[in-house]
Amino acid sequence: MKNTFDLIIVGGGPAGLAAGIQAKKAGVEDLLILERDHELGGILNQCIHNGFGLHTFKEELTGPEYAQRYIDQAMELEIPYKLNTMVLDIAREGNEKIVTIMNREDGLVFLRTKAVILAMGCRERPRGALNIPGYRPAGIYTAGTAQRLVNMEGYMPGREVVILGSGDIGLIMARRMTLEGAKVKVVAELMPYSGGLQRNIVQCLEDFHIPLKLSHTVVDIRGKERVTGITIAQVDENRKPIPGTEEFYSCDTLLLSCGLIPENELSGKLGARLSPVTSGPVVNESLETSVEGVFACGNVLHVHDLVDYVSEEAGRAGSHAAEYIRDWDKDRSRDNKENAVRIQTEGGIRYSVPQMIRPEHMEDTVTVRFRVGRVFQDVYVSVYRGEERILHKKRRKMAPGEMEQLVLKKSDLTAAGGLDKIVMKVEEA
Amino acid sequence: MYDVVIIGAGVTGSAVARELSRYQLKTLVLEREEDVCCGTSKANSAIVHAGFDAAPGSMKAVMNVRGSKKMKALSEELDFPYKQNGSLVLCFQESDIPKLEELRERGEKNGVEGLEIVTGKRIWEMEPNLSPDVKAMLYAPTGGIVCPFKLTIAMAENANVNGVEFSFDTCVEDIRAMEGGYRITTGKGVVETKCVVNAAGVYADVWNNKVSERKLSITPRKGEYCLLDKKAGDFVYHTVFQLPTKMGKGVLITPTVHGNLLVGPTAEDIEDKEGVNTTAQGLEKVASQARLSAGEVPLRMVITSFAGLRATEKGEDFILGEAPDAPGFFNAAGIESPGLSSAPAIGEYLAELIAEKLQAKKKENFISKREDIPCVAEASPEEIQALIAKDPAYGNVICRCETVTEGEIVNAIRRPLGARSLDGVKRRTRAGMGRCQAGFCSPRTMEILAREWKTSPLTLTKAGGDSRLLTGEK
Repeated sequence: MKNTFDLIIVGGGPAGLAAGIQAKKAGVEDLLILERDHELGGILNQCIHNGFGLHTFKEELTGPEYAQRYIDQAMELEIPYKLNTMVLDIAREGNEKIVTIMNREDGLVFLRTKAVILAMGCRERPRGALNIPGYRPAGIYTAGTAQRLVNMEGYMPGREVVILGSGDIGLIMARRMTLEGAKVKVVAELMPYSGGLQRNIVQCLEDFHIPLKLSHTVVDIRGKERVTGITIAQVDENRKPIPGTEEFYSCDTLLLSCGLIPENELSGKLGARLSPVTSGPVVNESLETSVEGVFACGNVLHVHDLVDYVSEEAGRAGSHAAEYIRDWDKDRSRDNKENAVRIQTEGGIRYSVPQMIRPEHMEDTVTVRFRVGRVFQDVYVSVYRGEERILHKKRRKMAPGEMEQLVLKKSDLTAAGGLDKIVMKVEEA
Repeated sequence: MYDVVIIGAGVTGSAVARELSRYQLKTLVLEREEDVCCGTSKANSAIVHAGFDAAPGSMKAVMNVRGSKKMKALSEELDFPYKQNGSLVLCFQESDIPKLEELRERGEKNGVEGLEIVTGKRIWEMEPNLSPDVKAMLYAPTGGIVCPFKLTIAMAENANVNGVEFSFDTCVEDIRAMEGGYRITTGKGVVETKCVVNAAGVYADVWNNKVSERKLSITPRKGEYCLLDKKAGDFVYHTVFQLPTKMGKGVLITPTVHGNLLVGPTAEDIEDKEGVNTTAQGLEKVASQARLSAGEVPLRMVITSFAGLRATEKGEDFILGEAPDAPGFFNAAGIESPGLSSAPAIGEYLAELIAEKLQAKKKENFISKREDIPCVAEASPEEIQALIAKDPAYGNVICRCETVTEGEIVNAIRRPLGARSLDGVKRRTRAGMGRCQAGFCSPRTMEILAREWKTSPLTLTKAGGDSRLLTGEK
C-alpha cells in the first residue's frame, strides 16, 4: 500500500469523519482515515435511539442515521479510508509523523504523514477502576458493552438490572433494557446530581418509573458465578457509604455508567501533553496538541454529550490541519509557544477546551467549551483579560453533565497591549 | 484403573501432573472448574520467593529454595514469562534491624544466595520511590516474578501432550480406600486408581480426612489485592516487602511480569472456602499499608481488585508425601505461600515418590518443551510481519488495551486444554486484562469463542458453571 500522506486521521467515528470531510473541502487531497472496526461511524452505530443532530440538521436522527450523513459525504468526496485497521503507534521523525498500523491484509505497516488528527474517542470506566468490593461474577457490564450486545449482536446481557452511574449511556440503556423486557430496578448515582442530560433522565427513567437514587453507590456485589444481587448504600458528603443505609436488590446484572475516559494511550506515547482534568490533550485555538501538526477533536479531546458539537469541533480540526499542511514549507520558528495565552479556569469551572489561545493565530472568534464542577443556578460566566471583564453571560442553570460554551472575540483579546492570561469563572448574580 | 488420579488442576496439581508424565503411568487430573488455574493459583502475588521466609528445615524452606532455583530453566523449557527482579524487605525502625539480620541468617541457612542488608543512600538509589522512613532493607537478588496463569497452564498443557488426561467440571464427592487403591466418586461417575494426589487447595483437608486418621485442618486465609495500570508498572523495579511488625505482616508492592503494578495482600482467616470477595476494609488496608513503603504509590491507577485464598494448614507447613496410614494417598496439602515458587519442586518430589511406589519406568518419548502462544504485543515488527504472513488473523487486533489479536485467541482455544470461557482466553492471551477490563473486547472474544467451539453465544460463560454471559436473545 501507499505509505506517505499529507494527513492521517485516527478514527472513523463522528469526529474522524467530520475532520476528514472538512480537511478535504479545505484542499487536502492526500489523506487517509483509519478505523479499527469493520465499518465507519464509530460508537454511533450502536446508538440506535433518536435525538442526534438536532443542532446540525434540525431533525431527530438515530445514531446510525447521523453517522450515515457524514459517511455519505465522505464517500462523495472520495476520502480514502481503511477498516479493520489498528493504529499501534504514532511517533515523530523531524516534522513528520510515523503512524504504525496493522490489519489482516497489509500486515504491519509504517505510514509517513505531515499531519495527524487524533479522533479515537473514549472508553468507559470499568468496575475495577471503581474499586467496588464484592465477588467478580458474570453479569457486570459497562453500559456501552451492554448496548453493543443488545443493539448490534442481538443478545440480552441480563433480565433484572441495577445500574450504577447516571451517565447518558446508562440512562439510555435503562430504557433500552426495559423496552426489551428486562426489569431495571434502580439507578444509583454517587454524586448528588446526575451525570447525564436532563432530557435523558425524563425520557429514560421518569417515563418508565425507574427510581434514580442520588448520593448512592454499590457497596457489595453478590453471586459467585453470575450476579445474584447488589447492595447499594447512601453516601455522605465525602462520598463514603453511610452504615445502616444499605439496601439489597436481587438482580442478575449490574450495568456501569460511571464516566468516560478519552482514549489517549497513543497521544501519550507520542509525547502530547495531556490535561489531568479532561484526560485529553492540551490544545490551542487551532485544536493542535503540544506536538506540532497533531490535532485532536471529539471525545479523545474531552468527553462531549452531544455529537453535533463533536462534528463541529472536528470540522475545525480538519480546517486547521489543512492550513498546517498548506503552510508545510513555511518557517514555523515564529510560532513559538511563548505567544500562547493560557485560559485559566476557576470558581466552579473545571476546564476549558482549548486551554491555550494564540491571539495572532485565531480567527475572528473562537468557541471555548467548558464544564462546571457542580450544579449552578442563576449565575454569570465571566471572562477576564487581565483585570478587564470582556464577557459576562447569564446562565439560568449549569450542571456537570452538560457541556457549556462561550464565544471569544479576537477583537476583545487583541485590544491594547500584551496579554498574559485569560481567566474564566462562575460569578454569583 | 488409573495409576494416579490428581485432585486439583492448580499450580501444584499441574506440576505433579507434568512431572508424572515423564513416567509410563496412566494419570488423570480431576478439576471441579472448567479450566486449570481457577483457585488459589490464579489469585496470588505472582512472586517467586527467594526463600528466606520459611523456618530452616521446613518443607516450605526446602521446596521454596529448590523451586526458585528451577524456575528459570523451567520458564525456558515451557515458555512462560519469568523475571528475576530481586526482592527487598523494608525495615522502618532502627530497633528492627536485628530482625532483618535474623531474616538474612535464616535465608542463608535455607541456602538462599546473595542476601545483603542495604542501608543509607543506596536504598533510594535502588528504589527511588521508597519512603524516607526506610532504615534498612534486605536485598535478595534471586527473588523473582512469574505469570502464575502461564506457569500453571504451561505445565498442564505439557502434561496433557505427554498423555495425562484432564477431566474438567468434575467435582470429587467421595473417596474410599479399596483393595490396591482408591475409589473416587465424582459428579461425572466413579474412577478407580492405585494412587491419589491430593492437590485440592483449600479442600485438601476434606479429602485427606476421608482416608487418614492424621487429620488436617485448612483455614482459608484471604488476601486482597489491587492491580494497577501498566502506566504505573515501573513505580518499583524490585518486589518490595515489609518486615513483619506488630502492626501486621505488611503488604508488598511489585511489578508483574507483564508490566503492571500489584499491591497486596491482606491476610484474614475466614471460614468460607469460596469467599473470594473483596471488601471495602480490605482494599483500604491494602492502600494504607502500601503507602508505608512508598507514599506516592499511584493507587488511583487501579484497574481491578481481587481476592485469593491461601490454604493455611494448622501446622503452618506444607504437608507433602504419602499419608502414614493411607498407602498410595499422597498429600500436597497446606500449599499456601510460597506455593507458587515451590510448585516445580513439589511436582518433582511427589512424582519421584509415586514413581518409586509404583515402580514406574521413565518414558523414552517424553516431550519436555512447549511453545507458548505468540505474543504480538511483545514481538518485533519483523516477527509480527512473519506471523501475519502465515496467518492474517494475527493482524486483527481484538483487545485494544493489551494488543491481543484474533490469531492469539484462536491459538488459545485450539491448543491442548484450550480455552473455553472468556476468563480462559484472558489467562492465556491477556485479552481483557488491560485498563478497560474487557469492556471493548468481550463481545468480540465471545464471537470468536462461539465460532471456534461451534456453539451459540448463549452457552458461553465467563468462567464455566453458571457464569453465563448472556441471558437470551433480544
